[in-house]
Amino acid sequence: MPPIPAIEDLSITLAHYLGLAGTVFAIGTVIALSKRNAVAVLMGVELMLNAVNLTVLAFSRFSAAFEEGGSAPLEGHVFVVFVLTVAAAEAAVALAMAVLVYRRRETVDLDRFNLMRG
Amino acid sequence: MTFFDQVHAVGPALALYAGAGAVLSADLLQGRRASIWGLAVVAGVVSLGWTLAQLIVGVEAGALGGAVRVDAFSIYLAAIIGGVVLAVTLAAREWASTLEQAAEFYALLLVSAGSMVLLAQAEDLITLFVALETTSIAQFILVGITRNDRSSEAGLKYLLTGAVAAAILLYGFAFLFGMAGTTSLEGIAVWVASAPEAQRLPLMLAFVFVAVGIGFKMALVPSHAWAPDVYEGSPALVATFLSVASKAAGFAVAMRLFYTALGGGDTFISQDWGKMFAVLAALSMIVGNTGALLQTNAKRLLGYSSIAQAGNIAVGLAAVAAGSTAGPSGVLFFLGAYAVTNVGAFVVVSLVADRLGSEQIADYAGLVKRSPAAAIVLSLCLVSLTGIPPTAGFVAKVYVFNAAVQSGERWLLALVAFAVLNTAISAFYYLRWVRTMILDEPRDATPFRASGGVQFVLAVSAVGVLLFGLDPSPLIQAAQDAAAALL
Repeated sequence: MPPIPAIEDLSITLAHYLGLAGTVFAIGTVIALSKRNAVAVLMGVELMLNAVNLTVLAFSRFSAAFEEGGSAPLEGHVFVVFVLTVAAAEAAVALAMAVLVYRRRETVDLDRFNLMRG
Repeated sequence: MTFFDQVHAVGPALALYAGAGAVLSADLLQGRRASIWGLAVVAGVVSLGWTLAQLIVGVEAGALGGAVRVDAFSIYLAAIIGGVVLAVTLAAREWASTLEQAAEFYALLLVSAGSMVLLAQAEDLITLFVALETTSIAQFILVGITRNDRSSEAGLKYLLTGAVAAAILLYGFAFLFGMAGTTSLEGIAVWVASAPEAQRLPLMLAFVFVAVGIGFKMALVPSHAWAPDVYEGSPALVATFLSVASKAAGFAVAMRLFYTALGGGDTFISQDWGKMFAVLAALSMIVGNTGALLQTNAKRLLGYSSIAQAGNIAVGLAAVAAGSTAGPSGVLFFLGAYAVTNVGAFVVVSLVADRLGSEQIADYAGLVKRSPAAAIVLSLCLVSLTGIPPTAGFVAKVYVFNAAVQSGERWLLALVAFAVLNTAISAFYYLRWVRTMILDEPRDATPFRASGGVQFVLAVSAVGVLLFGLDPSPLIQAAQDAAAALL
């Protein structure tokens, strides 16, 4: 019977968080670049931003200062709060713009936004 | 440091923000009777004057707890941005009076410019990000401000590209923060200076993300695709602001991040990002120039031209890493020369769009007979964009390319050779436009005149293009001082 792994081996490390965040970022990027619907593109962007937040917080939590019993660098937390705020502002403008376009064109399909080309 | 020292440090940005507030309040209280145009001009003049005052009186470098840094570099860029916003405001009087949301137009313009000034001063990743997004969000609305089909489509496209670029930039920032453990650029610089070779790959990952994200502001490949559509769809004066001020702010951020934080020339990492910028510069030049060849719409042509020019400027960034100190001052000189040149070109395009109702280059036929001043200024600007003496554009190109050659690295020599080849391609479409204006016969020879503000901006632009072309030494001196503050 194989030995039962020690409990330390099951603990979640920085690499786990970075892996998860990287995966979410990749999914968000693929959505943002491949979806034809403007609102769906925005959803992809939100995923990308959340991946960024997760990365920053993980780095903050696993920083050398915090691991040694000190306090985590506060910039990480501030960074995340600002990212959330700015993302909300951006989404507000984006939705207003999408509504404006929809009223004029009856669609938010990016493939049909082809007035300008060449 | 007293409260007034802090205010003095961020004064040029504050003046623009206050102007935006004043414009909106005046519009709210007095409606149509308010002279919002006058308020916007005053804000621009105060901001520019305050920048000069900082230069003359002097200013303490760090302010707001190390979030911003005011030095010769930020003052140089604040002067460019202040000048551009003032030029756009002066030229916009007639056009903006036809807008339903004239007050919002001026307010957003001023907020965006104020944030750009702050962007040039930012000394911390968080300040940098917030200033960058404030600039961008205001610009998204500006692009869509006329609310017609083209304008709103361009606005939405610009916004979606911008949001993706911002997220990519932030991912790069997250890694910089994670590795260095701080968001201050100086702190990151200290960490990079002693970074072990094992950190090379994560650092490269971080700066590639940062370059792609910030490339959106500079219209540098691979984040360039928005430029032609957005320039074509947005009002010509908004496009002026995007092409000049936004590009200057983008390069300012890139220089602060890469020179200050990621080692200016003496760490292994700067060799890496120098080569990355060399590749991006070459791609931008070829994409921009081949794209512009077949364009018939003036603004779309200038959009592709803007991509190609971003490539030219990025040659200066590539030159840095090879240990050449002329690189950063070359970039700054190019930005100054590009500002006077492109403002002139875009304001003429705006004037023609206003008077003739057309942006097609074919309709510029015989412009010299209809409005000699506009045709001459536009010709001068196009000659300057090509890089033919005696114009500012010529000196700028020689300066930047010379910086790259001085280093003697073989890959930089190849890049310069490629850039010179591209200049030859660009001569074709710029000079064809000049020929259309001067040699072709107009279909309708009715002369037209520009308004006073537009005439003034065109005169300043033409004088600037010639002055910096004939005697570039004052601007070179200013650019070198600014670059010295950066390194």
